[in-house]
Amino acid sequence: MTAVDEAPLSAAGNPIGFGSMKRVEDQRFVRGQGNYVDDVNLPGMLHSAILRSPFAHARIVSIDTSAAEALPGVVAVITGKILEGIPRPSLLGDNFAWMPTLSYDTQAVLATDKVRFQGQEVAFVIAESRYIAKDALELIDVEYEPLEPVMDAKKALDADAPIIRDDKGQTDNRITDVHGNQTWESGNKEATEAAFVAAAADPNCVIVEEDILYPRVHPAPMETCGSVAYLDKVTGQLTLYTTSQAPHAHRTVYAMVAGLPEQKIRVISPDIGGGFGNKVGVYPGYVLSVIGTIVTGKPVKWMEDRSENLMSTSFARDYHMKAKIAATKDGKILAVDVYVLADHGAFNGVAQPTNFPAGFFNIFSGSYDYPNAHCLVEPVYTNKAPGGVAYACSFRITEAAYVIERLVDCLAQELEMDPADLRLKNLIKPEQFPYTSPTGWEYDSGQYEKTMRVAMDIAGYDELRREQAEKRAKGEYMGIGISFFTEGVGAGPRRTMDILGLGMADGIELRVHPTGKAVLRLSVQSQGQGHETTFAQIVSHELGIPPEDIDVVHGDTDQTPFGLGTYGSRSTPVSGAAASVVAKKVRDRARIVAAAALECSPDDLEWELGRWFVKGDKERGKTIQEIALLSHSSLELPEGVEGHLDATAVYNPPNLTYPYGCYICVVDVDPGTGQVKVRRFIAVDDCGVRINPMIVEGQVHGGLADGVGMALMELIAFDEDGNNLGGSFMDYLLPTAVECPDWELGETVTPSPHHPIGAKGVGESATVGSPAAVVNAVIDAISPFGVRHADMPLTPANVWRAIQGRNVRTDMAVE
Amino acid sequence: MQTPAAVDYVRATSVANAIALLNEHGEDARLLAGGHSLLPMMKLRLARPDILIDINDLDELRGIRVEGDELVLGAMVTHAEVLSSPILAEHYAIFREAEKVIADPIVRNKGTVGGSMCQADPSEDLSAVGAALKGSVVIQNATGTRTVPLREFHEGPYETKVADGEILTEVRFPIRPRAGSAYEKVERRVGDWPVCSAGAYVVVSGGVVTDVGIGLTAVGAEHFCAPEAEAFLIGKAPSEENLAAAAQLAADSCSPNADQRGPADYKQHLAMELTLRALRRAAASSQGA
Repeated sequence: MTAVDEAPLSAAGNPIGFGSMKRVEDQRFVRGQGNYVDDVNLPGMLHSAILRSPFAHARIVSIDTSAAEALPGVVAVITGKILEGIPRPSLLGDNFAWMPTLSYDTQAVLATDKVRFQGQEVAFVIAESRYIAKDALELIDVEYEPLEPVMDAKKALDADAPIIRDDKGQTDNRITDVHGNQTWESGNKEATEAAFVAAAADPNCVIVEEDILYPRVHPAPMETCGSVAYLDKVTGQLTLYTTSQAPHAHRTVYAMVAGLPEQKIRVISPDIGGGFGNKVGVYPGYVLSVIGTIVTGKPVKWMEDRSENLMSTSFARDYHMKAKIAATKDGKILAVDVYVLADHGAFNGVAQPTNFPAGFFNIFSGSYDYPNAHCLVEPVYTNKAPGGVAYACSFRITEAAYVIERLVDCLAQELEMDPADLRLKNLIKPEQFPYTSPTGWEYDSGQYEKTMRVAMDIAGYDELRREQAEKRAKGEYMGIGISFFTEGVGAGPRRTMDILGLGMADGIELRVHPTGKAVLRLSVQSQGQGHETTFAQIVSHELGIPPEDIDVVHGDTDQTPFGLGTYGSRSTPVSGAAASVVAKKVRDRARIVAAAALECSPDDLEWELGRWFVKGDKERGKTIQEIALLSHSSLELPEGVEGHLDATAVYNPPNLTYPYGCYICVVDVDPGTGQVKVRRFIAVDDCGVRINPMIVEGQVHGGLADGVGMALMELIAFDEDGNNLGGSFMDYLLPTAVECPDWELGETVTPSPHHPIGAKGVGESATVGSPAAVVNAVIDAISPFGVRHADMPLTPANVWRAIQGRNVRTDMAVE
Repeated sequence: MQTPAAVDYVRATSVANAIALLNEHGEDARLLAGGHSLLPMMKLRLARPDILIDINDLDELRGIRVEGDELVLGAMVTHAEVLSSPILAEHYAIFREAEKVIADPIVRNKGTVGGSMCQADPSEDLSAVGAALKGSVVIQNATGTRTVPLREFHEGPYETKVADGEILTEVRFPIRPRAGSAYEKVERRVGDWPVCSAGAYVVVSGGVVTDVGIGLTAVGAEHFCAPEAEAFLIGKAPSEENLAAAAQLAADSCSPNADQRGPADYKQHLAMELTLRALRRAAASSQGA
């Protein structure tokens, strides 16, 4: 059920255009024939390993690498001191020991003065095998002088807190962004404060406040991060195979970091085994593999193990939120105010548009119509790994959706209103679109109530509430949780959105060969999203060429035009639009060629899928395949027409697209043990026009599993000594099929009015929307015990403690 | 990819050969059974044996059988074999109930009973089962064999009575006609180690409990058992009140540590709650329910 007519099928049985078809790329994946970075083996290639800090905060007194260097098979041992001695012809620092982050901060490539988080890079060993490299790590003798670490974000700004970034001459642990700001504010502060003052004085109003933590989690892609770097000293060409969601942006960053000419850098992201934002950043390991090939003259491979990935690469969330909501007693929301203490770790390494230092968190006003909203985000350094924008968060819309959806449930509980009724009362109405939110976002389209009703119908909402009442009477605790979320995805526009000055628009190229087969060259990089299938379908939809006749090339900067990469659900909104635009350019060129062949004016031609024909004479026409051959033939073309159908485009989106959805979760809680069983999960997404519904459903399934994981088990906590307590899959729990119910999906289709095919991004919707539904369901189940809120993850222990009325800090070690 | 340090490897041809190899290589040798604890520790370089003595070829250590009034499990019996054994299921439901929640199918296919016992993880589910059923182990060395009750087997976390140059060859459990048994576990996620587990068997005769065994794991129960709670129940009716009192005694005898699986007070509560649930079902089963 999509907004477009069902596409005709090709000879291979695929839709010529939109519709479900199996993913082209799965042919190789299910046969074990994928080609990942760790599968890259170049002649003479060396291996490497990184020595990492056991301490969260310590001064490096000395490093003795002599025993490691003496180990047979070791080629080089590199320390921060060595990197300090390599001058860098670059504006971004004068040596290689430090590199810029994507947020204009600096990050140590290898620690020189201090280590600032457990797992930080201290030394780099290059050896003939990975085993020898690891053996050599044990022979490096580092003398540390341990310092008191800052592990509790809430103590980072204490007057006596240890200073983490003394390298920058800091005297506190505040983060200053590129604009010189130390706090990030959005919305109307005065009006919001006034609304709360008025509500406090009005007996017909209520104010509900809650401290809500979105704890630190990790994207944990199945494939860890890694790279193979090779500098050809003859040609001066650096080839970097790397796990990157943004190969073009990475190439530019390497040019800036290493001072290498950009035309001599080729970044290849082969098959990528999951990214979820973990592979947006540029990590010291990548840079070290580049330095390694420069030093040795041979290809150097660096590949993390699981613990290195969990402990050192980009985490997600870590937002300590203090939120309040004002409403009338009959449930009309008046204002929301949120303060956030944002834990960014030891280096400000978040990957997000420059003008949005807290990401798109300020979309937190949610899916509801009310005039006043304000937030203040205060970022701090702590002795934890850097990162923060990752794990399918849509630039921190996960945190935003979670805080508002939790807050609305707290309000419903306070008002003793059904949380569905409260939401229905406040949802933005269809006629209000485009809707300008109180923090300035322009929501493009939506039919919120319709979508919510579809979800409630699938769930059998009223029946569930009846069942819940019956069960409560018997002492059984069942809960129903709702989440209604709106995302803004598909960054740019380039005028307001850039990363390190690179505007967020995407290039694309489409070639049509003489036989009518096509090759589409993309800047965005699939990490499992199915680009090779859906992008072929977009071209197929516009040109009528069967999808099996269209190859999609991506992941190699020498083969594809520049673009900012795949994250923030931007591939379909930006590059998907580019694909439609470039195909239409080809179609327009084809019209001229067809007119020449049919000896008529292009204006006399009409398009039907795959074919131009003469208006009023349907038999007289040329198929796109015929036109492709004609465009390469001796056919006389009009003056100024060059021939060939190939076209390029750059798409600069006029606005974000705003997918949304309503999720309903049903849980059973065992109050004797605190165990939560997710019994049902209903997810109704509206992502506009669905190009390949099967792929959309797969993405939703994955995101829902993420949500169950974050709500119930995923966590990176630290003890006071600075030890990472989530550094392996024994400790960092990912959900399995056993924890996931049989997902019940539904859809409504409200096309994006400004996207060429009406599509919106959906890759992160379920991850953004689902945690609140699960948590709301659990809190609903145990609300008879007087519980209004408990922080994720809702492990059996945390649920039991909440029932006891003793909520705990989940970001610190359990005591 | 995690990379262990260099290690030598030899395949034992018999139990006697394995013992000879252990004596030859001393304390730097480790037996390789299923390897599902040892190999991950080696990959993380937390374990660094110089040589692995692989005992997977030793068929004499395999098989589940009845000998007289005892169930006998060879040390190399896998978790999967315990899970699917009709002989064990005939006598005790606890085997199947515990194995269903131990790790995951991949681990159960390779992990062994003897390996689990000798690893002696303080959160090992099979240790609770063994303590509940008051089983024993047979340990062999160059001079002969000896039998050690499981309730005397553990010397501490990761430490057992198995000394250098010795192999655990069998685990034995008494058969108890009309015993009902059950196992309860709370875990954060399927496949995780328990936050707490409790298992029990109960024999109810003439309306009173005539025999009972209680095992607990992950909560600091000495030798994974709760003898005071057992003693309390003997001769008493299996009423809710009595079972609850016994469960509380069991919990009181535990001294759990806080970790990321949960705080100590929660684990102590679970010790009570899960012991009670196991006792309830075991007693009901013994009475034919």
